Amino acid sequence: MNACPVCGGGIKLPTNAVLSELLDCGECSSELEVISLAPVRFVEAPLEAEDWGE
Amino acid sequence: MSNQLRVALLHSVIRREEKLLLDAFTRLGGVEVTCLDDRKLAFDPASVASTLPYDAVLARSVSFSRGLYARYLFESRGLRCFNEAAVGALCGDKLRMSLALLEAGVPHPDLRIAFTEDSALEAANAMGYPVVMKPVVGSWGRLIARADDADAAESLLEHKAALGNYQHQIYYLQRYVDKGGRDIRSFVVGGRCIAAIARTSTHWRTNTARGATASNCPVSDELASISLQAARAVGGGMLAIDLFETDGGYLVNEVNDTMEFKNSIETTGIDIPLAMAEHVVEELRKRRAA
Repeated sequence: MNACPVCGGGIKLPTNAVLSELLDCGECSSELEVISLAPVRFVEAPLEAEDWGE
Repeated sequence: MSNQLRVALLHSVIRREEKLLLDAFTRLGGVEVTCLDDRKLAFDPASVASTLPYDAVLARSVSFSRGLYARYLFESRGLRCFNEAAVGALCGDKLRMSLALLEAGVPHPDLRIAFTEDSALEAANAMGYPVVMKPVVGSWGRLIARADDADAAESLLEHKAALGNYQHQIYYLQRYVDKGGRDIRSFVVGGRCIAAIARTSTHWRTNTARGATASNCPVSDELASISLQAARAVGGGMLAIDLFETDGGYLVNEVNDTMEFKNSIETTGIDIPLAMAEHVVEELRKRRAA
């Protein structure tokens, strides 16, 4: 179990997780980005920018 | 030449859509997919001798600007991009997209463009209210505003003029279309309209990013026809077409280049990511055979 960088709550990484994947913390609902798989590390996901979208 | 195809998946963050695409390529088989984070790329455009070990790039950046310019760079080295950079450039700029639709004769909401607050207000007054003001570059309904009268339009234009980006002073005004609380999004992959959803909301903006609910919309011949016409107008590929239903028939509101689909798979029963992966493979096999 890995810790959310925002609230410290536990986060289970999906078995097929990839770098840059977005995940939600189940405890504080923060959106997180996987920045390392070994060891597992998360950061808060980047904020939406003006040119983001479809 | 190896029979294995090599596809680079260009991304910013990896969202549910990108995970579904990775899974689709795995299910399809015969494709080696490499994830390329657009935040980590650095190019030397003059280095024409360099080669990239991919047959194609599937552009899935959530950042419009990075996704577009990276595609220009990849294409300059002969890589096939899905969708092509020219398609992304048209779809990412509402004015250019509107021109492409109008030139192709695709029904589109009434539109005015102006470059100053005064001329924009005059144009809105002449068109009649309500008027919808949209940034020429933007998505997810962000900074789209409805002016119900001249007072509201004047205030909105004043606010837009104060925004920092010069693009906010390209005033894109669309006649408000009463769409009965819903719009239609159809999905075009290659030459087929594979699925559609209806997006319903009590808010006049019916983006699912803003909480609209999606339900399946059967693809009629009329819907397929206008969707394919709109897709062709911008150069084709894998595109999401947003349409309004009116008494006079469909109006195409927008064409989206880096389409989102995660909430439309169960809703429509169509495996959209698999259809996209199959399209990429089919196009690459054709290119190899040519």
